[in-house]
Order: sequence, then C-alpha cells, then structure tokens
Amino acid sequence: MNNKKNTADWGKYQKEIADDNYYYARSCIRQNFFPGSERTFLKILTQELGKTIYDDQNHTSCTGIGYHTDIVPFETSQTVVARQFSLVGDAGLENMAVSCVTSFGLYNEIVETWKEFPETEAKARENLKKATGREFQIPKNIAHTSDIIYKFREEIWNKRKYSLTNSLTGKPLKIVDHIGCHYAKVFPEKGVGGAEFPKVLSGMVKSWGGEIVDYPERRHCCGFGFRQYLVKANRGYSLSNTKKKLESMAPFQPDAIVANCPGCAMFMDKWQYVLSQMEGKTYGEAKLGIPVLTYEEMAGLVLGYNPWDMGLQMHQVDCEPLLKKMGYDYDPQAKYIGVDGKQIGLKTPVVML
Amino acid sequence: MNKFGFTTQESRAIDYGQFDDRLLSYVQHHEPTFLICMSCGACTATCSAGNLIDFNIRRLSLLIRRGEILQLSNEIDKCMLCGKCTLVCPRGINTRNVIMLIKKGISQIKQSENQN
Repeated sequence: MNNKKNTADWGKYQKEIADDNYYYARSCIRQNFFPGSERTFLKILTQELGKTIYDDQNHTSCTGIGYHTDIVPFETSQTVVARQFSLVGDAGLENMAVSCVTSFGLYNEIVETWKEFPETEAKARENLKKATGREFQIPKNIAHTSDIIYKFREEIWNKRKYSLTNSLTGKPLKIVDHIGCHYAKVFPEKGVGGAEFPKVLSGMVKSWGGEIVDYPERRHCCGFGFRQYLVKANRGYSLSNTKKKLESMAPFQPDAIVANCPGCAMFMDKWQYVLSQMEGKTYGEAKLGIPVLTYEEMAGLVLGYNPWDMGLQMHQVDCEPLLKKMGYDYDPQAKYIGVDGKQIGLKTPVVML
Repeated sequence: MNKFGFTTQESRAIDYGQFDDRLLSYVQHHEPTFLICMSCGACTATCSAGNLIDFNIRRLSLLIRRGEILQLSNEIDKCMLCGKCTLVCPRGINTRNVIMLIKKGISQIKQSENQN
C-alpha cells in the first residue's frame, strides 16, 4: 500500500475552523445534564482567549432529537434550522459554534441537502417566510465547539495550572476519548481527522499531558442512539452497547473518559450506575466508576477552574478521585453549596456508585 | 425482571480470545474427516428430521466451529440418527459419527462442569 497517498488522503480531513466572532448554538441535553460545561466554554472563549461569542436567548432546539427519533419531519427540521441561520444573520455573525454533536450533524446534513437539492432550500425559505417573515443566509463556517477548543488547545496549555498527569507518579493520565457518531460519521470531512481517526479529543489530551487509551471498541457507539434509548423496551440495546465499550476499555484501567457529544457523556456516565445496580459490576480502578468529562470540563481542569463551578458534582460517577490524582486544589466541603451559600445536597462522601 | 424494566443482551460477536474449542478438538480428533467438510448442505437437504422440524445439520457444523456448546446441546437431540446424511455426503464424511461424537463430547463437558 502506498503510504504517501494515504497521508495525502487524510490531509483533506483538516477542516477549517473560524478564528473569532461566533454565534453560540446551545445543546438541549447539555443544558440539563452538564450545565456548567457550556458556561465553562463561554468563560474560556471570552476570558482566556479573548474571543467574541454571542449567546442568543432566542434560538430554539435544532429538532435533532425529534428528527432522529422519526417524530419531526425533515422539512420541519429544515425550517427550524433556517430560523437559527436567520438569527445568526440578525446578530451580524457568519460563524456558528455548535455545542451539540447532533445539532452539528443536522446543520451540516441540511446544508448539504440544500446543495444537492436546491428546491428543498427554496421550500425552507418559503416556509420560514410564511411562518415568521424571516430570511436567512447560510453561515460561512459551522464548527462544533470541540473543534474550537481543539484549535486553541496550545493557547489553553500555555495558560495551564494543571496538566493531565498523575501528581503522585508523574505519569500521564490514561484517558479514553469518545467521539459522538454525528460529529464525523455523517460527514467525515466535517470532523478533524475524519470518522476513522478523529483527532479532536485525542489532540487535546496529548497537548495537555495525558495519554490516549487505544482499545478495541474505541470507535463503537456509546449506545444512546435515540430510538434505542427513548423507547423503554429497546433501552437494553443502549445499555448493552455502553457495557461493550466499558468491558473493552476496562483492562486498560483508564483514569477518565472524555466525550464531545452530550448523549455520549450522559450515557457513559449514568449507565455505569445502572450496570452497577443491575449486574453488580462497577468499573474503574477503585471500583467507584470511571469519571466521564466533557472536553470543556477537561479544559477547565487544565486551567484550574473551581470544579464545582463547572458542575462536576452533577456527574453520576464521582470526579473527586480524579481530582485527587491530579493533585487538584479544591474544597470538598463546597461540593454541594448552592448559589445562596446553603448546602443543597449530600454531605456524606460517595463510597459506591 | 429487575427494577429498571430492561436488561442487557449478550453480544453476538465471537471473541476468539475466549473461544471454546473443546468440542471442536474432540470431534476432529476422533473423526478427522470432519475437517474436509465444505458446507455444501447435501446433508441438510436429505435430512429426515430437517424435513419435518426446524433442524439444520449444516448449522451444527457452524455452531461447533463457533464454540456455541449450549445451542448445540439443544439442537443435537433433534437428530434421529437415520444416517441418510452419511450416504449423500460428497466428501465421504462420517456425519453420523460426528453427531454421536458431539453428543458424547457435550455429555463429557457437562459432567466435568458438574464435578467442578
């Protein structure tokens, strides 16, 4: 096989990521399960990197969850997405920073559909005009927010307070990277490194001192899969997929999992509890589970942010063992203190999943 | 059913690291002609039991090579040992003996597992 040709082929998977002036499209799932992640992203971009990003209260769900569960017709999704594009124009911006992998996949799918079938774009324009009186331009650049963190990973590293290393042994932390299916499996050229060798998360981990775990089921779906999860009778499929991944990575004893998809982070975190209750098997070195981070939380840890401000106490698997490994300076007593300074949750330490 | 109302399913993927070749080795050792089976399906086509019930003798060959002993032990009892498959085999494999060896092998495996 000609290796030179292969290298040239992979060169086309180096996507263009806008440098500044973003319109922020939030994620439905993340706002509920990892609310601190999106806030951390905005903080990193504005305060650490000095970028301009507009967080618009008027934008809605992209309909991705409804679309992939066959509840929302594609034409409806196109009209809703057309409205999001219209809002980008209203803000005077041309670059979208999309927080959710499924939204990212759907925006790209719709833009590509409009390129292939111009009549569908005309129809979406007509529908939007009739429904809202709006018009829109297709954004020049649509990037996933993990792309943006990846682009500025060296700038983040230069401002670091911690690295992804075990403070006791000095060895790199072993991190499992998990890429959401809708990030690059829909359109490989839209993801950094394509579908087979996505570098978006592994690039961050390597730049920040960690070590990537390359295990057999690395590219396997987390199990979310919309239909599998939302219909209770099918939920076993979702759980079985996550179990397959956890079983495959367990022999490598990873210190943490990092994901760039809202569903992946949620299910790989919460299914660990279900598997623990259902089958009596708890993963992780100390049998307390494998902590699952979003890439913003991982960046926030490198930058030394307060873990409780980033919402790490919202995770099913306790992240404190990871913080201790990193030699992180944090206040365990402040874990469940609300904004008014009162305790809102557990005071006792977590001893099992 | 557990409190969640759903459960995990075992993966259908075959892990060759955990492949159970006990029965395959036993049959091949005692009936070496089993090695030359080309899975033509003549045995299945002529099978008396297979014409009346859901039984596929060619599938037994697949199951034994996958190490799926539990499924084999359920299937093998459907054979009525008429021996027509042996008569039609173009490779001259003693399929009747293969069936008998599978029965013996499963019985020995079950016995040793019960003792442990």
